[in-house]
Amino acid sequence: MGEFRMPSLGADMEAGTLTEWLVKPGDRVKRGEIVAVVETQKGAIEIEIFEPGTIERFLVDVGAKVPVGMPLALVRGEGEPKAEAAVPSEAKTAAAAPRPAEPTPTPSVPPSPPVAQVPPSSPQPAALLAPTVGRALASPAARRFAGEHGIDLASVPGTGPGGAIGIADIEAALKGAGAATEAPTPKAVGINLDQMRAAIAAGMARSKREIPHYYLQHSVDVTAAEKWLAGFNATRPPATRVLMAAVVLKAVAKAAKRFPEFNGFFRDGKFQASPAVHVGVAIAIRGGGLIAPAIHDADVLSIEDLMSAMRDLVQRTRGGRLRGSEIADPTITVSSLGDRGVEALYGVIYPPQVAIVGVGKVVTRPWVVGKRIAARPVVTVTLSADHRASDGHAGARFLAAIGDQLEEPERL
Amino acid sequence: MPAQAAEAGTVEVSYRDAVREAIRDALRRDKRVFLMGEDVGRYGGCYAVSKGLLAEFGPDRIRDTPLSESGFTGAGIGAAMAGMRPIVELMTVNFSLLALDQILNTAATIRHMSGNQFGVPLVIRLATGGGRQLAAQHSHSLEGWYAHIPGIKVLAPATLEDARGMLWTALEDPDPVLIFENIMLYNMIGTLAPGAGPVDIAKAAIRRPGKDVTLITYGGSLWKTLEAAGQLAAEGIDAEVIDLRCLRPLDDQTFVASVARTRRAVIVDEGWRSGSISAEIMARIVEQAFYQLDAPVGRVCSAEVPIPYARHLEQAALPRVLGIVAAAKAVLGRS
Amino acid sequence: MTAATDKPRLSRTHALDLLKHMVRIREFEGKCAELYTQEKIRGFLHLYDGEEAVAVGVIPVLEPRDRIVATYREHGHALVRGVSMRTTLAEMFGKQEGCSRGRGGSMHLFDRATNFHGGNAIVGGGLPLSVGLALADHMRGEHNVTACFFGEGAVAEGEFHESLNLAALWGLPVLFVCENNLYAMGTALTISESETDIQRKAACYRIPAEAVDGMDVIAVEAAARRAVHAVRNSGTPYFLECRTYRLRPHSMFDAQLYRDKAEVDAWRHKEPIVRFRQWLETNHMIHPDDLARIDVEVAAEIADAVAFAEAGTWEPVEELTRFTHADKAA
Repeated sequence: MGEFRMPSLGADMEAGTLTEWLVKPGDRVKRGEIVAVVETQKGAIEIEIFEPGTIERFLVDVGAKVPVGMPLALVRGEGEPKAEAAVPSEAKTAAAAPRPAEPTPTPSVPPSPPVAQVPPSSPQPAALLAPTVGRALASPAARRFAGEHGIDLASVPGTGPGGAIGIADIEAALKGAGAATEAPTPKAVGINLDQMRAAIAAGMARSKREIPHYYLQHSVDVTAAEKWLAGFNATRPPATRVLMAAVVLKAVAKAAKRFPEFNGFFRDGKFQASPAVHVGVAIAIRGGGLIAPAIHDADVLSIEDLMSAMRDLVQRTRGGRLRGSEIADPTITVSSLGDRGVEALYGVIYPPQVAIVGVGKVVTRPWVVGKRIAARPVVTVTLSADHRASDGHAGARFLAAIGDQLEEPERL
Repeated sequence: MPAQAAEAGTVEVSYRDAVREAIRDALRRDKRVFLMGEDVGRYGGCYAVSKGLLAEFGPDRIRDTPLSESGFTGAGIGAAMAGMRPIVELMTVNFSLLALDQILNTAATIRHMSGNQFGVPLVIRLATGGGRQLAAQHSHSLEGWYAHIPGIKVLAPATLEDARGMLWTALEDPDPVLIFENIMLYNMIGTLAPGAGPVDIAKAAIRRPGKDVTLITYGGSLWKTLEAAGQLAAEGIDAEVIDLRCLRPLDDQTFVASVARTRRAVIVDEGWRSGSISAEIMARIVEQAFYQLDAPVGRVCSAEVPIPYARHLEQAALPRVLGIVAAAKAVLGRS
Repeated sequence: MTAATDKPRLSRTHALDLLKHMVRIREFEGKCAELYTQEKIRGFLHLYDGEEAVAVGVIPVLEPRDRIVATYREHGHALVRGVSMRTTLAEMFGKQEGCSRGRGGSMHLFDRATNFHGGNAIVGGGLPLSVGLALADHMRGEHNVTACFFGEGAVAEGEFHESLNLAALWGLPVLFVCENNLYAMGTALTISESETDIQRKAACYRIPAEAVDGMDVIAVEAAARRAVHAVRNSGTPYFLECRTYRLRPHSMFDAQLYRDKAEVDAWRHKEPIVRFRQWLETNHMIHPDDLARIDVEVAAEIADAVAFAEAGTWEPVEELTRFTHADKAA
């Protein structure tokens, strides 16, 4: 039993509407005979049958819209017996029918054309040029970002075409530097402080989990420092006056230079001292939380420059305009926030740093001077340090050095 | 236009003379070669390129045609298919549009479409470009458009050597080749070695090496670009000038390597800016030398207007030396 | 078959030859229609039913060294010229065993071996080409004839006029054969030409011309002999208008809104195969056995071609850009 199917009549014909049968079941038909009329977008077209036989049964009603290839009628070939109620090989709904149609005479299914593959490269762009020696492969956007923020491209692994560095790679590298803030993605300008807070929390938890902290404290008579500061500030307008915090920062920075086991990063199971001293300054964030961006090369800055850097950091922190590098770069952190109300502050180390110096408030206390008791301004400086990088002996000497610096402020 | 004193052994010729000599040389070398086009015979050629050739070679080989661009271009295609080596001269690229169907639908397609049974070893020469106040219908630069078509080659000889040497190589090519001669170059005088012969039709040439910026150009714009390079040198900017010579296929290897060295590029193209071949060149630079760039690529093209008649307007519309200098400085961040 | 005389040799053999050629084309076209409805052949399909007498009357008069340029309705021309039915059908299937490697399809059959310079999908596009082929022969002093087939729709194109003018002006051996089937796609001749007597246009170019009944294969052959003889001897062009009719629509996807069914039926009664058979029967030049034999042979050849095309292979996609230009010498 053969099938007479909806013919394809044009390259863009997908379906046709059967509007009229010109034969009926029982009629004998010859090859080439017009048997039906189909309405298409171009108009009504008469369709012919290509196999002789007898119309057995219609499969589609007049008025039905039928996709190309769908059977329209069963046709009994010459000499074939009448069929019983045969089920057509395909559903007769006008829903999308599977194709391709088979040629009625031969049973073999024709091979379909190859699936469209990517055509071969014709005069295609040649491979990307290899980078010239000494020039990191980086996108213009990445290059610009790196330039603005002082990032060394050579230290950033690239994942772009040909190993090129893109912005995403720089962000990933900053993240990996494991700054206190893990989450924040440094935008070209400004840091999202909410993300920062979340990252800090994560960082603190990690710190306590992974870093074997030890704690030391040292109390320092800051009479000389206060006197020096008063003299220093006497001739300055209020806007540029230096605070004790800056003096302490300088002292810590210089001590860190002398004791490198407190200035650097613990990563991949080992400690690497940093050649530069970038002191992280803890700043309270509005709404809660801390952030400790770096003042670069604090050991060589003058006190005034250090002070203005601190002011600038505070201002930008409040405005959410810190740079990624500032978050990532501190080699040691100082927290003077204790001066709000406590005498001693024991900080939690920001990984991958290995030390944090806490500074309490200046308290007037009875102090032994020579052999007599006097009232002296005293500050307690604490050290929380990573026992993997240093030990108490070194810690003691480090703290002592800070104290010595504070007692001879003119040498800072 | 450069005019150099003839050195011993060289000949002082014009670009026009060089093209004529190339045609003459081809007619002598190969009997299958003949020239066909409007006014190529008795008139001597619209731009006097074929002057004297009719007398030398006769009307069979220097064929004047009626004004039937499509007809005689198609005839050139048929003759080439049947084994001749015709040079069809379309008086200018402006009139070539009447033959565009034959060029695109027949010449460019036959080999691929026939499954390599028939090829079309045809050369079509066309005059192109503006600058002579010939107004909107006679001033087009459509080489870049033609360079869009697969199946043909597109050449833009800018020097005497190329005017003299590209034709023979093109005639030997088994596929259609279009040669665009910029009208502003015909009068250009220079020296040519007397034995100057066939040159390649595939590679770009560095006409002036430099290290600060790559200026990429072709055809009539080459000399303006070289002049601009001279001005830039006086300001301490060392420009490398590349003459593309062939617009299809584009020798991107040469200009990409140059941009990799200089990191900056400006394209000078007499076509209208949008969708011109300068855009294709930029695309190739972005595809292949993206990470070498230190600045966006610049371009100097014709203003997007029908080319006007009035001299000052026409000059403002076409690429100019001062525009090229400014564009080069812009990519260097200097104003 | 040489063009030694102007009269067709109406031997029984020759007559059966002509009939078989026409039947072969008709049946082949019918098979193409069928295959198209089954989406084996795609794109556009333009069938020659009703016009067979033109190709069959003209082409066998040509010699193997002569050249043929045709249109997109060129299956019949290719077949009678001797392009293999297998490679013709494989071409329409898009298989690389096709005469154009599967790259051209129905409208772009090319065959170098038989000097078949292509179907062409641009109306009028082949005329300048044929002028060029003839120009080459003329310049080399070779007495070949280039037969250029085109429909009456092409006479509206500028290229028609340019080509006739060039051929006449330069004295080129082109036989212009206009197959006037009265419709350029859906536009009747009467509404597109100010002068509908097509062969008169040739006079403007001083090209000798005649019109012939394109439904009468004998008349066409006789006219073709005269024409080819003239072109080959004089080396100058000749214009032959064959008045015929297209029994099927312009292409498969055509609702024929532009003409009456009655008109088509009227022409069907005068179509070339029916007419020739009747004439042969009346003149006792054939009997039923001959017809049966022709039918069987043609059916077998077609079945073989279909099998060949079905079994054909697809050109590898990696070869896509090959032959955009000639392969470089190794």
